[in-house]
Amino acid sequence: MGRYVARRLLQMAPVFVGATLLIFLMVNVMGDPVAGLCGERRCDPATAARLKQEFGLDQPVWRQYLTYMANVFTGDFGTAFNGQAVTELMATSFPVTFRLTIVAILFEIAVGVTLGVVTGLRRGRPVDTGALLVTLVVISVPTFVTGLLLQLLLGVEWGWIKPSVSPEAGFGELLVPGLVLASVSLAYVTRLTRTSIAENARADYVRTAVAKGLPRHRVIVRHLLRNSLIPVVTFIGADVGFLMGGAIVTERIFNIHGVGYQLYQGILRQSTQTVVGFVTVLVLVFLVANLLVDLLYAVLDPRIRYV
Amino acid sequence: MRGATHARPVRPVVCAMALALAATACGGGGSDGGGDTGAVLSSSWGDPPNPLEPANTNEVQGGKVLSMIFRGLKQYDPKTGEAEDMLAEKIETTDSTTYTITVEDGWTFSNGEKVTARSFVDAWNYGASLKNNQRNAYFFEYIDGYDKTHPADGGKQTADTLSGLRVTGDRTFTVKLKQKFSSFPDTLGYNAYAPLPRAFFDDHDAWLKKPVGNGPYRVESYTKGSQLSLRTWGAYPGEDKARNGGVDLKVYTDSNTAYTDLMAGNLDLVDDVPAAQLKNVRSDLGDRYINAPAGIIQTLAFPYYDQSWGKTGMEKVRQGLSRAINRVQITRTIFQNTRTPAVDWTSPVLGEEGGYRAGPCGDACVYDAAAAKKLIKEGGGLPGGQVKITYNADTGSHREWVDAVCNSINNALDDDNACVGNPIGTFADYRNRITDRKMTGPFRAGWQMDYPLIQNFLQPLYYTDASSNDGKWSSPEFDKLVDQANAENDAARAVEKFRQAEEVLRDQMAAIPLWYQNGSAGYSPRLSNVALNPFSVPVYDQIKVG
Repeated sequence: MGRYVARRLLQMAPVFVGATLLIFLMVNVMGDPVAGLCGERRCDPATAARLKQEFGLDQPVWRQYLTYMANVFTGDFGTAFNGQAVTELMATSFPVTFRLTIVAILFEIAVGVTLGVVTGLRRGRPVDTGALLVTLVVISVPTFVTGLLLQLLLGVEWGWIKPSVSPEAGFGELLVPGLVLASVSLAYVTRLTRTSIAENARADYVRTAVAKGLPRHRVIVRHLLRNSLIPVVTFIGADVGFLMGGAIVTERIFNIHGVGYQLYQGILRQSTQTVVGFVTVLVLVFLVANLLVDLLYAVLDPRIRYV
Repeated sequence: MRGATHARPVRPVVCAMALALAATACGGGGSDGGGDTGAVLSSSWGDPPNPLEPANTNEVQGGKVLSMIFRGLKQYDPKTGEAEDMLAEKIETTDSTTYTITVEDGWTFSNGEKVTARSFVDAWNYGASLKNNQRNAYFFEYIDGYDKTHPADGGKQTADTLSGLRVTGDRTFTVKLKQKFSSFPDTLGYNAYAPLPRAFFDDHDAWLKKPVGNGPYRVESYTKGSQLSLRTWGAYPGEDKARNGGVDLKVYTDSNTAYTDLMAGNLDLVDDVPAAQLKNVRSDLGDRYINAPAGIIQTLAFPYYDQSWGKTGMEKVRQGLSRAINRVQITRTIFQNTRTPAVDWTSPVLGEEGGYRAGPCGDACVYDAAAAKKLIKEGGGLPGGQVKITYNADTGSHREWVDAVCNSINNALDDDNACVGNPIGTFADYRNRITDRKMTGPFRAGWQMDYPLIQNFLQPLYYTDASSNDGKWSSPEFDKLVDQANAENDAARAVEKFRQAEEVLRDQMAAIPLWYQNGSAGYSPRLSNVALNPFSVPVYDQIKVG
């Protein structure tokens, strides 16, 4: 187990380097960012040269990358164009997006898995058909439509919530944005769980468990669910990284100052330091989430062992 | 900065202290919904891209804040745009080159420090010094010694201070310009010329975290990227004291969300009504919607460094293109009348006295398909048979109007391929291509005035090698007239010269004027007396709450 984790952690190194290099090059291809700093006019050449020097943009790309990586290992992610350290931006935005992601994941687990179990056990009944239909609608409607619709209905028409989230972004305020963010994945989780449950419900070990005379809830929770959750856990694990990076739309709609907001602004302003820094951290989150998922397999299915 | 999670526990303590000290309103205005805040209003804001320093702020969002926490020598009247003395007791000159400026007595910064001649001279020297990386440094280029503190050719900076600035008394200083510039005093209302307290130089980082100025508001708290809370400064010595308790500027990523928040009663003022809402803004807000002219003009500029556009005779083609654009229809259908078809190269906010006239462009700005066809034919046709209008697609709603302009041109010329849009992904990349002279056809050019003078609409844009002459247009006749205008001691005669220069622009059709941009704003029922100034910024200190 320990060796397995160590090996996986080592594998992260090349992925990390490759991802950062790729992003670094992509942002660089967009051209010189200093030109955008002076509004609708030409930057005066002397100031532009000074700014380039300050942000290290006058160096060749490979050297910029090496300097950047060297700095990253000392915990210095550089400075955004407005003079703020990127680590400072991260410190304010990651907790917000993290909370949003937790809310979304909780929705997926609580609502998605429950719905999946209920429909999976009642295949072909009205509940099942209804849930299938609803999930189909949710999957086919884009997030920004759901988001804007809920914002308008709950925020303006009925006045249940505030249409925008305050800078503090507490859990309470993030309920509706979290639901919007989770909506599509939630529908997938429901369908995934449903299929898995329905398939395993006829498996031999379930029949054995029932024949043993085990109570129904024990059969479902301990035997059926535990075995059916493996694909669901894979999906949710991958979704953690996806939700954190993909929250741009939801964050814009509800004015949440999280990772999506900083990334969006970084891209518009061509701030290499901001974009590369944030994407790097997102890549790490993705890798760690995947590792955790793989380790969870062993917990769910004792037949899986890591050496 | 403190993490967002820590902001909550800190806040009540600050509030309690503020209450105990001055019984002023505290808390987050609309966001907290408390009744005790009363006079504080909340307003939408965008995160300024540059550090909040007077000589480093070149866009509206940062400028908004500076105009609330600073007062300069001059102040532009929110209605007429006229420059009036603020901190200046008198500004005297005999030769339009050397000015003696006397600062009025009794002004202080909100930290108690007196505003003296030094406060100005130190601030201007800081702004003009290359090593401070100030984006607006070129505002000081007319002052003697600028070439030493800010060498243009990448040379070494040989002086830290401008030799043209001299403190001659506690409240007086002289400014020596390198050339005659009669309207120089009228430019001094721009934010870049604001005075700075010693705290700015002594502890720069702390100042940036919580700027201190001499305006009617003081900064109470600033969470970068989220919110800036401004409170009325009780001891403000000026006449234009704020009529409300303060303003909370809240950062919105999307102006649509700000608008929704306004509709839900969660925000008091938005100063950027999103294009998508323009259709229903009248029914949503009624007379709480403002659509007022601002000093912004949009034009199509041309690359004169490109042989096919630079050669003589092409002015006919440019005039033809101008006549092929149906401005009236586009401003009505695309912009819902938030733009006005342009009839000159300045802006109506200047007023007749300031140099604006209805009509220097004349027929050349009026849609006429037949005339357009004829002119373009006379000029030798479109270079390569097609024009490509280049624009940046990331901000504004440029795509919509460029497509509309192209449609209009295609219809007028009966040619489906006469005009196409050429979008560039980001604004920075777009600016890069302009700077690197890579334009091959007309491109979008927008100009927001720095100060309400006709000079500001002509010289930076069309004078040979001027800072924003992106198309590299050059005309000795135009340059001569501008020089003469700047040397005129009499304001009216100077304006007359500038108008003559504008006629040269027209004859050459150096750039095609498209439309004047209006400022738009919407506000909640609890506000009254809301107005936009010619810079399309709300006049916050005049707003009444409740």
